[in-house]
Amino acid sequence: MRREIPMIVAFVAGVIIILEFFVPTLRNVAGQLQKWYLVVVAFAILVGAFNLLRMNYMKVRGRRVDWPYSIVLIVGLFAMTIVGIGWGIGQGTVFDWLFNYLMFPMSSTMFALLAFFVASAAYRAFRARTVDATLLLVAAVIVMLGQVPIGSIWVPSWWPDSLVFLTPDWLKDRIMNIFNTAGQRAILIGASLGVVSTALRILLGIERSYLGEE
Amino acid sequence: MKSAYAVLLLTVALTAAAHGQTLRTAENAAAADKAVDAGGSIDVTWAPSPDELEAEVKVLGYEVWRARRPAGDYKKLADVEAGKESYNFTDEEAENGVEYFYKVRVRGEEMSTDTAPVGPAKATREWFHPNRLNMLIAAVLLSAFILYYISQARAGKVLFIRRIAGLEAVQEAVGRATEMGKPVLFVPGIADIDDIQTIAAVTILGRVATMVAEYDASLLVPCSRSLVMSTAQEVVKEAYLEAGRPDAYRRENISYLTDDQFGYVAGVDGIMVREKPAANFYLGTFYAESLILAETGHSIGAIQIAGTAMPSQLPFFIAACDYTLIGEELFAASAYLSREPRLLGSLVGQDWGKVVILISIILGVVTAFLAQFGVEIFGRSIALEQLFVVK
Amino acid sequence: MKFVRWLADIDRRIIFVVIAVAVVVPLLFPLGMRVKVTPQTQTIYDEVENLPGGSNVLVSFDYDPAAAPEVHPMALAFLHHCFQKKHRVIIMALWPQGAQMAVSAMAEINRDFDLEYGRDYVNLGYKPGGAIVIKSLGNSFAEIFPKDMAGRSTATLPLMEDVSNLYDVDLVMDLSAGVPGITEWVIIANALFQTRTAAGCTAVSAPQFFPYLQTGQLIGLLGGLKGAAEYETVTAYAGKASPRMDSQSVAHVVIIVFILFANISYFILRRKREEGSGGPTARPPTSA
Repeated sequence: MRREIPMIVAFVAGVIIILEFFVPTLRNVAGQLQKWYLVVVAFAILVGAFNLLRMNYMKVRGRRVDWPYSIVLIVGLFAMTIVGIGWGIGQGTVFDWLFNYLMFPMSSTMFALLAFFVASAAYRAFRARTVDATLLLVAAVIVMLGQVPIGSIWVPSWWPDSLVFLTPDWLKDRIMNIFNTAGQRAILIGASLGVVSTALRILLGIERSYLGEE
Repeated sequence: MKSAYAVLLLTVALTAAAHGQTLRTAENAAAADKAVDAGGSIDVTWAPSPDELEAEVKVLGYEVWRARRPAGDYKKLADVEAGKESYNFTDEEAENGVEYFYKVRVRGEEMSTDTAPVGPAKATREWFHPNRLNMLIAAVLLSAFILYYISQARAGKVLFIRRIAGLEAVQEAVGRATEMGKPVLFVPGIADIDDIQTIAAVTILGRVATMVAEYDASLLVPCSRSLVMSTAQEVVKEAYLEAGRPDAYRRENISYLTDDQFGYVAGVDGIMVREKPAANFYLGTFYAESLILAETGHSIGAIQIAGTAMPSQLPFFIAACDYTLIGEELFAASAYLSREPRLLGSLVGQDWGKVVILISIILGVVTAFLAQFGVEIFGRSIALEQLFVVK
Repeated sequence: MKFVRWLADIDRRIIFVVIAVAVVVPLLFPLGMRVKVTPQTQTIYDEVENLPGGSNVLVSFDYDPAAAPEVHPMALAFLHHCFQKKHRVIIMALWPQGAQMAVSAMAEINRDFDLEYGRDYVNLGYKPGGAIVIKSLGNSFAEIFPKDMAGRSTATLPLMEDVSNLYDVDLVMDLSAGVPGITEWVIIANALFQTRTAAGCTAVSAPQFFPYLQTGQLIGLLGGLKGAAEYETVTAYAGKASPRMDSQSVAHVVIIVFILFANISYFILRRKREEGSGGPTARPPTSA
């Protein structure tokens, strides 16, 4: 029974949501299911927070590797929660201040790492080992030049229109809009088919891994 | 009642005349059942009063009134602000099958004028969305392919599946981690459990966990969504049970970090740098964090296997990982690793779906091309694009 | 030869330092290069321009501070344009920190306009649930957002009186750094409810949304800092993206130079190896 009930719930809910796309009469029932989902998701955030707290508390208690960082996390979690609930989260509040001057720069720093990693990965990956790799390399250089203003600076004003296809700008547009989009679309179609078939397997109870079953 | 209404109109007209001006009614008022819905709704539409457009008399707004009979007792439903090219109000409190009449009142500063009653309109519920027939056919066809091949596979037919290098390497990666006495890190993407890529990742996690349990290595699964964490805990626990090692299962190794994208990256990178896993799996939905994870993993010398159907992140994984599952290979993974006939059957069905899509694309391109040159059949353009439009 | 070997296997920290210099120097000494506006930016501009004044524009803040350097300038330029055209803006977020990003964006916008909260714009705040939230908005805003971010009842906000569901929204602008984001807005708001949808995202994610541009499911797409700079250019808004494009230009050139070095060292080493083994045609000795 532990398996059957979730599978029946998954089947009924899934079928109603799919049918609603074709059968307008089911709209209200489907709407209700969606509302339940939103409630469940809201509670899931609590589950995550409790887990996070428990894990880090155990780390501190057991004095495991790097446990002081867990204290920082616990203090941060409570500080933001108390400040947010106590004094609101609107403009000019303490929460807003913490967000702007702590969260903002720290998160941006993480994302900024990407610039460095792109450079180091490009250095390793873009080597003209084979014909394929050479094509990749040339395309990458053209797009990188075409993407920024500097790419069109070297093109003089007297450059004839008939030779526009030699500018990085023009080439970049063609690479992105034709070759890139065709490839993206092919992957998208393949992946969407995978989505349909996985969804079908879940609805019919063939795929049960999400229940913790092989 | 009728006479009272006439008197009212007359009063309005006289008041207006006394001011030397009148307010013209809203134009083209109409009421009709809201198309393809669950019932209970009637659309009332109208065009602005000419006075609003010409701005001779100031129009403040419109009101929608409803009654059961043309000259019945009208009740106000709504105020609608002026200033639009056309107006649409949906009465969502109509009873199915009951006839209603509507009036639109244009409201000025000192006077107001009603349209003649429009209707009757009846709310009805619809059982089928006609514009979506094409989608229904496509869905039924694709499902039929998948179900047919699943039944074939169940009946014992041998189905071919091509070699997927990334999946062949799973065992090698787990083996290496065991030899080195280091953990295996599994990152199930940043999407929630309602994303099919996450489900595919969790399915693969089950297989990886079984191997890890059999080899007696350790497995770390940091999650960015709490529902993914709960599911992953169940899956891994079950895998350890199946491998006969329930005692080796460590719930605390499957943890939630944060929903925040780069907070999560910071957390996972921290785990990599501290624990130095020998094998990293990145499977599921990834965005800009993909390369930050993969480069950090590369710097600690881990063997890395990635898989995603996010096309824009594939190049990063290919550049920084040892093996990458591209697009649907991720979805094929659970079938590939388990060799379970029913899963293999659904893969073959999927491929037939792809064949149908390929044929439609070719047909669409050819007909669109010919239609450009004015080729027609039975006096109609032969471009098929309308067949594929979903509303 | 030693240098070539060093170059081929360069310590990545050296690359990091050079990139840092390439990014920082143009920020301190701007070059003032002009950004060319691409069609996918122009179409968003035209859409906002051609909507009649007072139209309802929904802006979904689906990003966090991490992506802010790229996406936040888009939000500012776009909101600025909307309020300039007297459109009414409904703000919401599918990302927990998105609502806060909107607060800081509006703080900046309020300096240029005399806006009344509730009439000219509303901030409905964050709602977890991604795709399902969008789908539910097709039925009703009031049910999903009974209260706005500050806890006021949305029923009391004049703007929301005219907006009962997504059908009343004239344009959706999704500013996203990941999931939930553009895909969800396209396949639900646009495909199911025919809502006109435009989007902005980080540069790394932009290529995957190009198919939606060609099919018209997206009106336009602002990709990364460049997209933001283009929107600033086309609306003549003095934002932060345009000056930052200089940094990006120089960084791109530096990366290209690195790729060039990597390939030169690769070819020199390969030739050396081939010479060492007796040329490319020579076969390794094989035992019988």
